[in-house]
Amino acid sequence: MTISREEPLLAAEGLTRWYGRQLGCRDVSFSIYEGEVLAIVGESGSGKSTLLQLLSAQLEPSEGHVRYRMRDGVTRDLGLLGEAERRFLFRTDWGYVHQDAAQGLRMSVSAGANVGERLMANGWRHYGRIRATAETWLDRVEIDRGRIDDTPRTYSGGMRQRLQIARNLVTEPRLVFMDEPTGGLDVSVQARLLDLLRGLVTDLGLAAIVVTHDLAVARLLSHRIMVMKGGQVIETGLTDQVLDDPQEPYTQLLVASILPA
Amino acid sequence: MNAPAYNFAYLDEQTKRMIRRAILKAIAIPGYQVPFASREMPMPYGWGTGGVQVTASILGPNDVLKVIDQGSDDTTNAVSIRKFFQRTAGVATTTHTRDATVIQTRHRIPEQALAEGQVLVFQVPIPEPLRFLEPRETETRRMHALADYSLMHLKLYEDIARHGRISTSYAYPVKVQGRYVMDPSPTPKFDNPKMNDCAALQLFGAGREKRIYAIPPYTAVVSLDFEDHPFERYRHDARCELCGADDSYLDEVITDDRGGRMFVCSDTDYCEARRATADKPHAVPQGYPA
Ligand SMILES: Nc1ncnc2c1ncn2[C@@H]1O[C@H](COP(=O)(O)OP(=O)(O)OP(=O)(O)O)[C@@H](O)[C@H]1O
Ligand SMILES: [Mg+2]
Repeated sequence: MTISREEPLLAAEGLTRWYGRQLGCRDVSFSIYEGEVLAIVGESGSGKSTLLQLLSAQLEPSEGHVRYRMRDGVTRDLGLLGEAERRFLFRTDWGYVHQDAAQGLRMSVSAGANVGERLMANGWRHYGRIRATAETWLDRVEIDRGRIDDTPRTYSGGMRQRLQIARNLVTEPRLVFMDEPTGGLDVSVQARLLDLLRGLVTDLGLAAIVVTHDLAVARLLSHRIMVMKGGQVIETGLTDQVLDDPQEPYTQLLVASILPA
Repeated sequence: MNAPAYNFAYLDEQTKRMIRRAILKAIAIPGYQVPFASREMPMPYGWGTGGVQVTASILGPNDVLKVIDQGSDDTTNAVSIRKFFQRTAGVATTTHTRDATVIQTRHRIPEQALAEGQVLVFQVPIPEPLRFLEPRETETRRMHALADYSLMHLKLYEDIARHGRISTSYAYPVKVQGRYVMDPSPTPKFDNPKMNDCAALQLFGAGREKRIYAIPPYTAVVSLDFEDHPFERYRHDARCELCGADDSYLDEVITDDRGGRMFVCSDTDYCEARRATADKPHAVPQGYPA
């Protein structure tokens, strides 16, 4: 998967973030290519969310850069993008799936409007076509079309998360950020969501950066894994290799405690 | 008392200059909401203090003022604002749209086409069209700055999804000169087309929210819509029972306590002028019960 002659889609170089004197993360560098899924794992407070926000240009790094290859093929430093360009990325080429669906959805408008919003933001002005596209996406995330005019308030936790995914994928982004996408859901609901995510990621050839503290999620979704501790990356590699044969004592501990052999 | 205890048109000259600067800026950036230091006026906010401050700042001794409330010159609100300026500025007043140089209005645009040299001053309760889905002021400002208006279409989408058509009938959002999305204040959408390419200057004052915005004469004002659900003007499908007009915006008036009702022009000046010039009584309106 990583063996590719093309340029990376996104490259982090020496990313460091301080919150005052508190370290968020330190000196993180890696690349991700189109169609590749990277999991970021680590215990609470290890800097996963900080890193994800840095990568998606929602937080400014104290040091380092993020470079992203735009749809026109030109690689740009995200720190130098204007606000309008950043927003454009967010409504076209990127998705961001929050752990708490309420943060990623508009809870007071219908599911159809939630899915259609990005289309409208991209200039769609034909109601019938927006609605038809929203219906197709509800199908894809296994939500009954009959619920298109209901607000997500009336949805279950799993449905909300699937709706959030549809809302993000409707513009067929190339890169999706996910922060604990299955967190807070029942185990059976988690399994179904993971299955769905895996299918979509493969079908659409998405690149994804998934933050999770659940190694089972990493195992199922990702090609590569990055293990963080105390704000730094301590081990990285192909997911199966790292999980089956962890090199670092901390990773061994992590694997042993969560995936008992 | 001979000399009034207040300045011409109530506000002191320094305040007027500040408000005029805001108005000039608003005219220079059509549809953009300009903040201004709104003053306390001797009337409650719901009475259009924003419009009153704008009117007070542009009024000169030779102006002729008309004040309407929902199209009518005779409501308490219209009468008291008219009296206020008669007393504080001594200006002439009129009920005739054609004769007025300044028209302060609450929620209507006169039926009579406005002319060059006239100024229409709107009283605005909530100036921010994005407020209903985005309560954060910092965020709505950024959306205006980036011309990021997908929320407006989101609202229209919801309208159609719920009602099968765009049901928004008041405060229907418009795009001004292809740039800023603006709330035309709670005027019926029937009036929206009158804002487009209008010969008069249109000024909007929101007192409580401290905003002034403007549409200069002959500016493009487009109502937002979808290709397959185009903007439609709406009026009751009836004639005015007093003057017979079939082209004016109608109010439904309750005539007795047994459920009797009739449709009459909301614009009282328009209705009276039609009745005054009619040499014969208009045909009895048809199509609805007497
Ligand atoms: N806004 C902030 N202000 C100050 N410190 C912060 C802030 N956000 C995060 N931190 C600190 O930075 C470090 C990394 O936090 P981060 O939220 O990135 O961890 P995480 O790996 O996402 O944890 P979790 O699994 O609990 O979500 C922690 O020590 C945290 O307390
Ligand atoms: Mg986190």
